[in-house]
Amino acid sequence: MLIVLLGSGVGLGHGVEYQFRDDAVNSIWVFPGQTSVPYKGLQPGRRVQLTNDDHDEVATGVEGVDHISSRYFIRGSVQVRYRNETSTFNVRAVHPDHLYLEKTIVVDGRFLNPLDVRDHRKVAVIGTKVKDALFKAEPPVGKLIEVNGVAFQVVGVFSDEGGERELERIYLPISTAQRAFGGANRIGQIMMTTGDEPLERTSAMADEIHRRLAARHTFSVDDPRAVEVENNNEQFARINGIIRGIRIFVWIVGLGTLLAGIVGVSNIMLIAVRERTREIGVRKALGATPRSIVLLILQESILITSIAGYAGLVLGVGVLELAARKLPPGSYFRNPEVDLGVALQAMALLIVAGLVAGFVPARRAAAVRPVEALRSE
Amino acid sequence: MVSLEKIDKSYVTGSHRLHVLKAVDLEIESGEMAAVMGASGSGKSTLMNILGLLDNYDGGSYRLDGQLMRDLSETRAAVLRRQLIGFVFQSFNLIPFKTAAENVALPLYYQGLGRRRRQAAALEYLERVGLRDWATHRPSEMSGGQQQRVAIARALVARPKLLLADEPTGALDSETSHEIMELLQQVNREGVTVLVVTHERDVAAMTRRVIRLKDGRVEDAHARLPDA
Repeated sequence: MLIVLLGSGVGLGHGVEYQFRDDAVNSIWVFPGQTSVPYKGLQPGRRVQLTNDDHDEVATGVEGVDHISSRYFIRGSVQVRYRNETSTFNVRAVHPDHLYLEKTIVVDGRFLNPLDVRDHRKVAVIGTKVKDALFKAEPPVGKLIEVNGVAFQVVGVFSDEGGERELERIYLPISTAQRAFGGANRIGQIMMTTGDEPLERTSAMADEIHRRLAARHTFSVDDPRAVEVENNNEQFARINGIIRGIRIFVWIVGLGTLLAGIVGVSNIMLIAVRERTREIGVRKALGATPRSIVLLILQESILITSIAGYAGLVLGVGVLELAARKLPPGSYFRNPEVDLGVALQAMALLIVAGLVAGFVPARRAAAVRPVEALRSE
Repeated sequence: MVSLEKIDKSYVTGSHRLHVLKAVDLEIESGEMAAVMGASGSGKSTLMNILGLLDNYDGGSYRLDGQLMRDLSETRAAVLRRQLIGFVFQSFNLIPFKTAAENVALPLYYQGLGRRRRQAAALEYLERVGLRDWATHRPSEMSGGQQQRVAIARALVARPKLLLADEPTGALDSETSHEIMELLQQVNREGVTVLVVTHERDVAAMTRRVIRLKDGRVEDAHARLPDA
């Protein structure tokens, strides 16, 4: 029972981690929007367009930024061709630091680097799915692909834990894409990681970013819709808090169950001791010290709780496995599991429980006077 | 071996005070085989319990093998019991879920002997009582006489100096009783002091001395058996 509960707690934790699996947890994302309050005589409803300057301002002006990248989105669907293979893929134009934000894993070649951005190099990093679609078994690094008719050299292949869709992407240097696809200095969003900054600091950073952008784009600092600054740190902390609460609750319930079990075993042992008064008396007559009687009863109590506990452990793991298999994927409850540490803790707990459960019966047994024990029929 | 001097014992039940032993004096030499006789309520069992260190006494003094037995802690009493005294009970008191050999080996377990030596000694003593072939049987598979022989083997395995038998034949027929008493005689010949509580004349006749108790006093420490 305890195991099922503990495992469920772990499962919930896994579910949350899964939600965040693909993106850095310690990140702040900036999305442009529309102004929603009038400001300095300007009407609400204006679109805010972020630019390279905004990126630079945040990158250099805000303290605590660890990795930062912007994204530029190419309008419409993007045709990508390699020799005779043509297909549509999602193209993202980014800075080199984007690697850390999406937890991208480079499996071949390299990711984008600062020189690519500075020199507007026409290079591309492709997802493994793109590679499979266009290149089949051919090694892609060094080959030329056409993106909307513009040739790019493939310099790397990446994988990503975020799922299928992430692998169907192509990354280009943001500067090259802006120039090649008519983006001028426009960017679609800014994202950054905050390193090891504590939660309060990241909240302050988010506020500061919003304030600076408000000044640059003339909108009210009290207008959250003009530019949305999303602090994943806060969300993660909030959800973590909930999870911790649930885990504590789960432990309390589990311990309650365990307590009921202890009382049960204790009762059984008391009855056993009563039934075996005679045997205990005989043992005493044969030279058993009170100590050895106590040990005898405690041993038996521990044996009972251990066997029952082990059975429970096996059953619990079984239930968890079943649950893991039957649950719909992608829900907040994911991969419930019990690792060795938890199992060992549980076993230790059971032994302690056995000791506690056996304590009263053992004392009772040790107090048996041999004379009376032998008299009892 | 056993020296009792003015032993007093009374039980308090509620407001009642039952004086069971009244200034009992008794000497039993090493190597003796004696029977304790008396009507029920005469204090035989209480006397045995005190002799066996299963119960304490209120007044007087009890020396066992030269040592004064007085105000013993439970643990100390247990240690002395396992060193000096063997018990045989009326209802055998074998442990039902253990085999004969395991029952016999039990006192050695409490002496801290290793499993192998316990096993060897248990088989040796079962051999002595003629039940070697029954070593792996449980008490429920044996007759009363066989069970009592196992109990005697168990009482002897720790090489006690004093063997206390409380109505050892009380649950047996006369023929088996005779066999058991012969066994106890043999034990006595090997140098163990044997004390048998009984109310059966035939049984008492097989000992060398009869101690008569009446109303908590020793009526006669060297009684003659009344002729049949």
